[in-house]
Amino acid sequence: MSTETESPQESPQARTQKLEGLGTRRKRVEDVRFTQGKGNYIDDLKLPNMLFGRFVRTPYGHAHVKSVNKDAALQVPGVKAVLTADDLKPLKLHWMPTLAGDVQAVLADEKVLFQGQEVAFVVAEDRYIAADAADLVEVEYEALSALVDPNQSMTSDAPILRDDLKDKVSGAHGPRKHHNHIFTWQVGDAAGTERALREAPIVVKERIVYQRVHPCPLETCGCVASMDKVNGHLTVWGTFQAPHAVRTVASLISGIPEHKIRLISPDIGGGFGNKVGVYPGYICSIVASIVLGVPVKWVEDRMENLQSTAFARDYHMTGEIAATAEGRITGLRCHVLADHGAFDACADPTKYPAGFFSICTGSYDIPVADITVDGVYTNKAPGGVAYRCSFRVTEASYFIERMIDVLARKLGMDPAEIRRRNLIRKDQFPYRSALGWEYDSGDYLTALDKALQAVGYTELREEQRRNREAFGRGATRTLMGIGVSFFTEIVGAGPIKNCDILGLGMFDSCEIRVHPTGSAIARLGTISQGQGHATTFAQILASEIGIPAADITVEEGDTDTAPYGLGTYGSRSTPVAGAATAMAGRKIRAKAQMIAAYLLEVHDDDLEWDVDRFRVKGAPERFKTMAELAFAAYNKVPPGMEPGLEAVSYYDPPNMTYPFGAYVCVVEVDVDTGVTEIRRFYALDDCGTRINPMIIEGQVHGGLTEALAIAMGQEMDYDELGNLKNASLLDFFLPTAVETPEWETDFTTTPSPHHPIGAKGVGESPNVGGVSAFSNAVNDAFAHLGLTHTQMPHDHWRVWKTAQRLGLTEA
Amino acid sequence: MAKTRIMLKVNNRDVETLAEPRMLLIHLLREQLGITGPHIGCDTSHCGACTVDMNGKSVKSCTVFAVQANGAQIITIEGLAAADGTLHPLQEAFREHHGLQCGFCTPGMITRAYRLLQENPHPSEAEIRFGISGNLCRCTGYQTIVRAIHAAAECMNSAKEAAE
Repeated sequence: MSTETESPQESPQARTQKLEGLGTRRKRVEDVRFTQGKGNYIDDLKLPNMLFGRFVRTPYGHAHVKSVNKDAALQVPGVKAVLTADDLKPLKLHWMPTLAGDVQAVLADEKVLFQGQEVAFVVAEDRYIAADAADLVEVEYEALSALVDPNQSMTSDAPILRDDLKDKVSGAHGPRKHHNHIFTWQVGDAAGTERALREAPIVVKERIVYQRVHPCPLETCGCVASMDKVNGHLTVWGTFQAPHAVRTVASLISGIPEHKIRLISPDIGGGFGNKVGVYPGYICSIVASIVLGVPVKWVEDRMENLQSTAFARDYHMTGEIAATAEGRITGLRCHVLADHGAFDACADPTKYPAGFFSICTGSYDIPVADITVDGVYTNKAPGGVAYRCSFRVTEASYFIERMIDVLARKLGMDPAEIRRRNLIRKDQFPYRSALGWEYDSGDYLTALDKALQAVGYTELREEQRRNREAFGRGATRTLMGIGVSFFTEIVGAGPIKNCDILGLGMFDSCEIRVHPTGSAIARLGTISQGQGHATTFAQILASEIGIPAADITVEEGDTDTAPYGLGTYGSRSTPVAGAATAMAGRKIRAKAQMIAAYLLEVHDDDLEWDVDRFRVKGAPERFKTMAELAFAAYNKVPPGMEPGLEAVSYYDPPNMTYPFGAYVCVVEVDVDTGVTEIRRFYALDDCGTRINPMIIEGQVHGGLTEALAIAMGQEMDYDELGNLKNASLLDFFLPTAVETPEWETDFTTTPSPHHPIGAKGVGESPNVGGVSAFSNAVNDAFAHLGLTHTQMPHDHWRVWKTAQRLGLTEA
Repeated sequence: MAKTRIMLKVNNRDVETLAEPRMLLIHLLREQLGITGPHIGCDTSHCGACTVDMNGKSVKSCTVFAVQANGAQIITIEGLAAADGTLHPLQEAFREHHGLQCGFCTPGMITRAYRLLQENPHPSEAEIRFGISGNLCRCTGYQTIVRAIHAAAECMNSAKEAAE
């Protein structure tokens, strides 16, 4: 290896650039395979003798299963097995635990509770035969009345949905007050809030529904289970956002020791929360592989995905705000009726059955608040996942951002001005909210001012005033709406002291091995679904250990090789696994420093770090590069030191991180057709330290597009029988390039004080802040006519109905 | 079920195979021929993840029976790079402009853009947006895809001019 004098004397700037570390718009390493069709998604996997599984699903929303006859299906050539609940019973696998402390039927046990529920699992030689045979399974049902509206769940004559729970007076989250009740969760100061509401000169109340939607990643859920009967090893490849946690669950359910189970998440075609849960398809594939001794693949189709796996939201919120005449908020109360569907399969940390909904005081300095959430059962699919947001944070943000606009209307105050009066000031951080969260850092007023200035807010309002005048005299049939939203997220779950799932603390991890020639591999407990982890985590490490990002392989998703971690959702990868990566890197650097001191014959403290090397203080010509130190780690370590250069970090974050942002949306509404056009959308995000601005912008674009979908068109539309009327992409709104506007992105940078590199996470912010910006804009278009709130989604029909209700169009 | 013999050209390679009359082209490509670039994202021809080029037109291969492709010339994402391995300008541009995230829509999106730029070598932004509106992406918000297609068009046009 080279000696200290042989290394080229490049400038620190040139060497920094070469690393492609923090702050670099580094091109993604993943794209090389994806742009050539060489990704490895679950349905690409083909194993010898592999069979295909397909579910028989019920068309009923609520029914008794009187009989299941599989004889005809078994007669089809190529069919290997048909599993029903009766087949799973001896294995005690016909029910499985959910992530929320409830149980869910793997295959319907005497009853079906939502349309699309799994009744039988057909296993055949190919997917065509499996589909043929599934059609031949005869299931006899006795229809029961379906309960679809959560407002009717707890009426005295509501049908009993969960026969298995009917005598249970308490559930995983405390007492149940009705046979369709799941939990009540209360946080805050009820008496103090009541007093604030009673004494306030101004009180507004509004009912705000955040409709049921679906994450709908372009790739559906699926798996391949392969039981090696000789060695007793089970391998399952699948669309898992949390492979380690699923392995632990699989072990607990199946009784197979955890060391004999290997879970592998291959490339995942988008997750957005949809792939966090454990689904009957995984269990049935595993059982079928154990029974038949060959690999079994199950990949759901789009209708199955929309009907049965992990919906999001369905929060029915009633809010009250107390305020002074000047618009200072003095209290906030919220009651939520949460529709969890037929089984409580929400993916929330154990102690938070309503997730982090208590972030609903938002970005405002609200002295007292009181929230209560009642979870109820209905005849709809289970789920309640965090669709591109931290647990229930989008619901909370939408709630407060709509409520504060309602308050502004009542006071006749500008929506930007009322936010300015209530925003938490910079000198209040770290800020403890009335509902108990400690916001780590923020500079909200600066962000708001920058956003308002960037869009020319004053001029926009002036233009709107002229537009309304013109509309009033009949010169135009288009109304202009301006939506302002200022959001605070809570992400990066989370500190083990208050965050666990099924008892597993929500830390995350990184293990690094530096090779003798100065390249490295890092393995993490998270799993990318498009976020670009292989690119960005290498950047974090490059800046920490001075090895170019291009020389660092990042690997995730294989439970046999990656250190244990809780996976990727809730914007936790950067706040938690990113922190672990930096911390593991620092251990590497600390060891390298000792080796450098030994080689340079100085004391450790006489060395200083310089981009990619340690140099002697006061004698910069004497140094050792990381590449030199990597090699030395394998042959010239100080006496008594172990050789090698490896480190692992399991990072338990001291707090969550609190990204924030200010968004402005300008919309034009044609009152005669209800057609809306997003004229402008400006998004300012503060996610702390920025690792890769290109990827951040991409995340913001994508999150805004999902927010657009939710605000302007998505709704899982059930009829009174429990039929999901829009379970295909024909009817379920996913915006195309034509409906999607141009996005403007901007930023401020307020590092997190407790994160090793100050990063906060960004992937979900645009969804959290975006939905309310769109919705506020549509509501604002009609505000001068007395409208305070209309329910989402603001599709053309609903907008037209609003115009009609306000007397703007003929009936 | 009885199988039909079909012959087609996939990415410039002659293929002779047997397929059930009901087999979809996407399944023939993915499961019989091992061409897994085109993906399946829906069952209703809306998402475009399965887009391939058939006889000079973009088709959604989940809506074409394999037997309908008898005698056809098929190009998939795997066939876009030059014989020497040089990537197609679209493949380069998608990476350069961050036109993909999870990568699931990417093969269909690029294959569609490949045909779009032959139909219209100088598309406006609106024409690009309309031209790819049969392909859904859940990650990018399309802006960077539009930019990538635009950049690829410019690159291809200047290469063409240089050659003339």
